[in-house]
Amino acid sequence: METDTKLRKFGRVCEIVDKYDRNPSKLIPILQEVQKEYRYLPEEVMTYVATCLDMSPARVYGVASFYANFALEPKGKYVVHICDGTACHVKGSGAIKEALYKKLKLSGDKPTTDDLMFTVEAVSCLGACGLAPVMTVNEKVHGQMTAESAEALIDDILAEEADNA
Amino acid sequence: MLKQQIDLNTVKKEYQEKADALKQRLIICAGTGCVANGAMDVYEALVDELKRQDLNVTVSLQKENGKAEDGYYVSPSGCQGFCQAGPLVTVQPQGWLYVKVKPEDVAELVKETFVRNQPLERLLYKNPADDKIYAKQEEIPFYRGQNRYVLGDCGLIHPEDLDEYIAKDGYLAAKKAYTEMTSQEICDTMIASGLRGRGGGGFPTGKKWAFTLVEESEKKYVICNGDEGDPGAFMDRSLMEGNPHRIIEGMMITARAIGADEGYVYVRAEYPLAVQRIQRAVKDAEAAGLLGDDIFGSGYSFRLVVMEGAGAFVCGEETALIASIEGLRGMPRPKPPFPAQSGLWGKPTVINNVETLATVPMIIHQGFETYRKLGTEGSPGTKTFALTGHVVNTGLIEVPFGATLREIIFDIGGGVTDNMDNPDPNGFKAVQIGGPSGGCLTEEFLDLPLDFDSVRNIGAMVGSGGLVVMNRSTCMIQVAHFFMQFTQNESCGKCVPCREGTKQMLVLLEDIMEGRADQGTLDLLDDLAQAVLLGSLCGLGKTAPNPVLSTLKHFRAECEAHIFDKRCPTGQCKALAIPEILADKCKGCTACIRKCPVDAITGERKQPHVIDPELCVKCGTCAQVCKFNAIVGV
Repeated sequence: METDTKLRKFGRVCEIVDKYDRNPSKLIPILQEVQKEYRYLPEEVMTYVATCLDMSPARVYGVASFYANFALEPKGKYVVHICDGTACHVKGSGAIKEALYKKLKLSGDKPTTDDLMFTVEAVSCLGACGLAPVMTVNEKVHGQMTAESAEALIDDILAEEADNA
Repeated sequence: MLKQQIDLNTVKKEYQEKADALKQRLIICAGTGCVANGAMDVYEALVDELKRQDLNVTVSLQKENGKAEDGYYVSPSGCQGFCQAGPLVTVQPQGWLYVKVKPEDVAELVKETFVRNQPLERLLYKNPADDKIYAKQEEIPFYRGQNRYVLGDCGLIHPEDLDEYIAKDGYLAAKKAYTEMTSQEICDTMIASGLRGRGGGGFPTGKKWAFTLVEESEKKYVICNGDEGDPGAFMDRSLMEGNPHRIIEGMMITARAIGADEGYVYVRAEYPLAVQRIQRAVKDAEAAGLLGDDIFGSGYSFRLVVMEGAGAFVCGEETALIASIEGLRGMPRPKPPFPAQSGLWGKPTVINNVETLATVPMIIHQGFETYRKLGTEGSPGTKTFALTGHVVNTGLIEVPFGATLREIIFDIGGGVTDNMDNPDPNGFKAVQIGGPSGGCLTEEFLDLPLDFDSVRNIGAMVGSGGLVVMNRSTCMIQVAHFFMQFTQNESCGKCVPCREGTKQMLVLLEDIMEGRADQGTLDLLDDLAQAVLLGSLCGLGKTAPNPVLSTLKHFRAECEAHIFDKRCPTGQCKALAIPEILADKCKGCTACIRKCPVDAITGERKQPHVIDPELCVKCGTCAQVCKFNAIVGV
């Protein structure tokens, strides 16, 4: 029984690893696909990937912790990225970040709300500097933001969630 | 069975027939900026409106979509550059440009443009400087001052239509390289063209290729460095999104020049649309036989893999990028050996930047002599810049090397803005060039002709091409701090001078911002900057002190005001701000006088109170107890 559950749990990881022929040099694309599945990289999954690729868990962990896009903690349903590139910075991205931190009771050390609804992170340049300051919600880009419009955006999402609930 | 070779002439002819038969074409900018402003809603609304009006509308000119018809073609394009005015809609063949188009404008737009055949005036660009209205895109000052050599097709062609790229003479250069030229000839042409790497280093591309060509190896690789990480830069993103086939063609030519048969396109994960467009273009090129075996019947093979980065700025450094493709932590390694000798999996490898590769087909197609007519002697050609910050017209621009910052910021960019986005003729303070490896330049350099060498001589670098304009309310110490914070975050941690040096420089900058600095801080910062510069392994560390050094050099007075007068001239550094009571708001209630722990506030009841800056300890208590918001600066 126990084996069955485990197999089911790791079934999708197995498929991903096999898709890349268990090739250790494909570790990054493998972890990217695994993360799409789980929204983060759980420790036991990283260990499992390591075994599949015949490398030490430390190496997998080393890669996962090196790159900013790998999350070792679960993220919220809505991932908000506030761009803090040069152009956004000089046009006031700091105020937007502070407003959202305050609104959602988050901070740099606690980026995700307890109900796993929102994750707010400052990121270096999103490359839409022509529209600074910029933020993205689950990859959708919103340009020329202000603290007020950013808060309104969160309110819209909350209202939508309340409607769906 | 032999695979049918694609006949570029037939594709071009067939496409041209369809294009010529069209009445008009609407091109909607679908670059990231315009999409964020709702360009795709405009696109859909336009198609619906044309259908509703019973006008013959088509959304694709690709082969499988029937014969030429005299209808209207609505297509998306890559970035048209003028992000500030997006969403943008271009009308061909007239060349009209509509700005800030919204879905609700569409009905009127269709009526005026197609039925009455004249431009809809209220959607045309109006120059805020003189209220003049411009119908044609090419006449707008933002475009008039540019030479869109590499970017040209980027905002015109359908990025997912291989046929249109071919119709614009695409892949002809690749065909020439594979069927008429030897590897040596291609390298020689590139050397003669004087093309220098657009990623920041400015190393001659042809030489890089020639070094790789002479290496004997069964296997060689070409890598396209699309890990554009500099904050404030999005040129490569726009090229990858807007003209992906040009980059593939550039890589094919590179492969032929060095004898490689496999390539990687490494794209930043923050650019999902670029990843998608490049993947699509690779698939289409494979299906057309442009990638694969026996390209153009030459017997040579070339295959491409698209890899998405995972979020590490340092991977823009070539050896770190190679480590990342190999599935390792993206840490640079010492050079030599250079990638030309031992690159990806130990094989000779050429890594070129996106813009460099996009320039290659044009040089091969038009000849190096034509190319050299642009730009300066030491830096031929054009350079794309991302013009952002406190400037009227933000966007993606391209000028020949030798253009001055004044032309870029004031003629093309339309001048400097204040914090409320209003034009401010005297607002210019600095322009940041080259991202975290570059520096801030002051007014005295506005007339310097820009090229790789001139900018390096004044302690900055062209870098990948970010230009962030800053107005007079920007504190330069904070800007230096911002960049130091960035490099400190992104330092991979391999070598001590970079890892620890950037951290300590950051602390010293904080000391300056918070009023703890003295002459010793300044000397230490200078020493440390030199140590990081000399002792770091890769470009990230070697250039990390540049923003600080350029600030110390060009904004000495501002630094000294922070250090010796404990004053921030722009009032941006909160810790240095001196609290002040606004006389018109103060009711004279004495609440602050009673609460001030150091008795720094004096004044009579019902008379405005005053803070003594000598006694004040900036604790902020007064501002907290004031019910009339009369106390500012804490």
